[in-house]
Amino acid sequence: MKNAQSKATLAWLFKMAWRDGKASSSRLLLFMASIILGIAAVVSIQLFSENLKENIKIQSKAMMGADFVIDSRQDPTPKVKAIVDSLVPSASEVNFSSMALFPKNGESKLIKVRAIEGRFPFYGTLETEPVTAAATYQELGGALVDATLMLQYNLNKGDSIKIGKLSLPIIGTLNSIPGSTAISASVAPTVLIPYRFVNKTELLQFGSRKEYQFFFTAPSTMNLEQLSKKLNPILKSENADIDTHINESKRLGRRSENVGKFLNLAAFIALLLGSIGIASSVHIYIKEKLRHVAVLKCLGASRKQSFSIFLIQIAFIGLLGGILGTLLGIGLQQAFPLLLQEFLPFDVEIFITPQPIIMGILLGVLMSVLFALLPLLGTWYVSPLEVLRVSQQNDGKPRKARIVTLAAIIIFIYLFSYWLLNDWLFAFAFVIGVAITFSILAGSAVLFMRAVKKYFPENWGFTARQSLLNLYRPNNQTMVLILAIGLGTFLISTLYFTKDILLAKTALEKNENNPNIILLDVQPSQRDEVANAIVDNGFKVLDNISLITMRIHSIKGKLANDLRKDSILKVDKWVLNHEFRTTFRDSLIASEELVKGEWVPEIKAGEPIVVSLSEDLAERAKVDVGDNIVFNVQGVLMETTVGSLRKVDWAKMQMNFTVVFPKGVLENAPQFHVLATHVPDNESAALLQRNLVKAFPTISVIDLRQMYTVVESILDKISWVINFMAFFSILTGIIVLIGSVRTSKYQRIKESVLLRTMGAKSNQILKITALEYLYLGLLGSFIGILLSFIGSQILATVLFKEPFVPSAIPFLVFLPGITALVLLIGLSNIRSVLSSPPLEVLRKEG
Amino acid sequence: MSKILKIHELEKTYSSGSKKITVLHNISFEIEKGAVFSIVGPSGSGKTTLLGLCAGLDSPNSGSVELCGHKITELNEDERAQLRNREVGFIFQNFQLLPTLTALENVIVPLELQGSKNAIKIGMELLDKVGLSDRFHHYPSQLSGGEQQRVALARAFSNKPTILFADEPTGNLDEETGEKVIQLLFELNKEAGTTLVIITHDLDLAKRTQQILRLKGGKIMSNERTATV
Repeated sequence: MKNAQSKATLAWLFKMAWRDGKASSSRLLLFMASIILGIAAVVSIQLFSENLKENIKIQSKAMMGADFVIDSRQDPTPKVKAIVDSLVPSASEVNFSSMALFPKNGESKLIKVRAIEGRFPFYGTLETEPVTAAATYQELGGALVDATLMLQYNLNKGDSIKIGKLSLPIIGTLNSIPGSTAISASVAPTVLIPYRFVNKTELLQFGSRKEYQFFFTAPSTMNLEQLSKKLNPILKSENADIDTHINESKRLGRRSENVGKFLNLAAFIALLLGSIGIASSVHIYIKEKLRHVAVLKCLGASRKQSFSIFLIQIAFIGLLGGILGTLLGIGLQQAFPLLLQEFLPFDVEIFITPQPIIMGILLGVLMSVLFALLPLLGTWYVSPLEVLRVSQQNDGKPRKARIVTLAAIIIFIYLFSYWLLNDWLFAFAFVIGVAITFSILAGSAVLFMRAVKKYFPENWGFTARQSLLNLYRPNNQTMVLILAIGLGTFLISTLYFTKDILLAKTALEKNENNPNIILLDVQPSQRDEVANAIVDNGFKVLDNISLITMRIHSIKGKLANDLRKDSILKVDKWVLNHEFRTTFRDSLIASEELVKGEWVPEIKAGEPIVVSLSEDLAERAKVDVGDNIVFNVQGVLMETTVGSLRKVDWAKMQMNFTVVFPKGVLENAPQFHVLATHVPDNESAALLQRNLVKAFPTISVIDLRQMYTVVESILDKISWVINFMAFFSILTGIIVLIGSVRTSKYQRIKESVLLRTMGAKSNQILKITALEYLYLGLLGSFIGILLSFIGSQILATVLFKEPFVPSAIPFLVFLPGITALVLLIGLSNIRSVLSSPPLEVLRKEG
Repeated sequence: MSKILKIHELEKTYSSGSKKITVLHNISFEIEKGAVFSIVGPSGSGKTTLLGLCAGLDSPNSGSVELCGHKITELNEDERAQLRNREVGFIFQNFQLLPTLTALENVIVPLELQGSKNAIKIGMELLDKVGLSDRFHHYPSQLSGGEQQRVALARAFSNKPTILFADEPTGNLDEETGEKVIQLLFELNKEAGTTLVIITHDLDLAKRTQQILRLKGGKIMSNERTATV
């Protein structure tokens, strides 16, 4: 008998799997639904991310308009000029912000002037209306004006535009140009003019911000990364830098990073929920099949054969679910780009990449098999003796196999989270988080059962006692249901909390104390007049800030030039090259918080100068409270000591500064000012802008209200995608809940029938069942939400790096909602018991 | 005549918490090839446990079981399954048909496990013998109790077993249907020349076999030939 080998072939195993599966299709529906939804979420999100990455790669050149660009925010130094000349630029540009006046209607608006020489762009297109205008504006000597601006100010081709002292005819409408996004364009719409006219504007003077850009095309063999590495240190020391389309591609990727992180989190959660769904639905399914397995074994099927029949069945359903889920995912991802189009600075071309599709199908099979393995192990250990009415105890036999399966599940979750997050550490943290949640839930279930047993209320009525008894007597479902309900609720509310983290970050404050019109480049001589003009127009001056530009000369006695070469201190080069716009004041503002040292409001002449740095600047400059920094304030060296460090909320829309001086130091330094006010409506905004630009042509006015509108519409779209994905995952969660609660159906139904046979009224059975599920629903969902509250706090700090603003929704809606759902499904389980005679139910339910 | 089943000093004990319950005490007997044998006894006497041990569905705590020349106590679970598939047929009180397979599919499972090429042909012939060839595509839930047991009979004979164990084959049937099933069982058995072991508490049925083993409290009370011989 050694080497016993059944002659049944693999084909027979498939045949048996098919025969059995065909007759059990309705029971496999929940299982299939869990896979489809989980996989659809993963595939749609992954396909979209892949599309995004691929598009970014393709379009980074088009976005930049060239292979690489050298830019300088000041007149290029001789060294920069020499480098630029040696590389032979194909085109160049100077750009600056300025107010433009439209003589046709007397209106004015802050614009970004891009004065271009050469046939820029070399990649991507200059989309104009008429199309020929892109090619002719240089020769004809006219301006191309942003399309929105044309519409807003009712401008037409042939009208004129006045920029500073220069008047030009409008040659055409500018629909798009490489390097402009919806947001930057709404602050200052682009106007393209030929370079040769720039001096005639007479706008490029001291204090005005400008940027020189030199565009280059490169042969495909040129190693741009190497070029960038070689030239950047030289250019940086000359206040210029080089940017290649490769950098652009990386930058673009970062722009949608947090949305990407959230979508990945949603995918992770949807898949985990799907997995719980698989585990619980297979649990019911296999439980019903154990007797069949015993019969098969009796007839001579080996353990491997009977196990394989159901394994093949599960794997096949996983494959089918994977394919259907992938198809649904492909359908879903087609919708994302339409919604996110405006947020992205390029057109997203939809194409289907093979990786997420292969992964979707593989995941379908893998997650089905892995999460079905634990219940499937039961088939391996079921004794053929079961057919003879002898109930066999599985004396912990599958322990080793269970440990191996659990380890495989943990590895799967780990690898999957790594695939999504691309970070070993985060993936590890995710797995640990899920494991901790799982353990806490299991521990709570055990404690709950013990507590009920220990403090059992003997004097309660029959139904109340019966419902409590159900929670801890043999074959109870307390552990399984608390785990499934708790984990499901945990994942759903974590998704909700984190969704809020992302959305709260960008919620815009719009009360009258928040400035929405900002006046830049106000000269000291104009400061009071401009302030008066604002007041005369009936508005309050909300901010009146002095801006003094300076550079760092030395840190802790070491000159900036030496620090650039110092590889030990590792002071960030940006700190050493940056032109800081600093201010002075005697108090902290709302977006600041003192984290170290002492705030010095004012100093008297002759006292040592104490400055306050933002935390991040101190980190980059490698300084702490008490260290010395010498600033070069436009030629004058100023010795200072770091007196305090501030935490600055840069996301708040107000003027924030890395370096703040106390009063009494910089009052007489060369400076310009920024003033801000709040205007309630369009008319007053337009009037104020017109009046200010007429009186002070050199100042720039930024109307933040338009930007708010654009940002809001983008946020609406992002939140739609976020809400949609959250809803999708929650839908998976509900399916899981249905599956989990139905697990208990077969356990409860026989007991209820017995009670009914002994004369229990419908009302009593209903009450017993309702109370039992109420306890389970409440406990599971409450612990789940509580854990997710803690988990989301950690996610906010570690992953999203945003403040956590907890929403009450999970507590107010999810807790009662999920409890009610559990109750409803639980009661629906015993519906047949209540409506049919006991014998009929027993016969039907087997 | 050669012995197809040799039971020697069999002991079976179950644990219930800290208690040990001995279900079978020192059981020894033998069955000749081709014999029709019955095991009778009241509920709890150990009949079903003994059947499980004889058929290799369970292992004893001590003693030995030799089935068709194989010491099944020395075989592992898969080897025992293989032996059952080749040599053993079963009939159960509650039929134990697979509810997700049709009547024909149920009958041919043992044949398919053997890798038989003519499974469907043999299956149909057997269904014809039990009078159910027109119901071959019906699922168990679409058949009456008697019909289900007839399908079970067809399945039990499908692999041409050397020995057939029938556990209370009429226990779930009314008298008339039960009698028809028993007649069919005896006819098929005679035709195939199979050794038949029937577990029953129906003494009338036991008397129709060649030898009766009486069990009580897990011990053999008697083991004697009947007048049928």
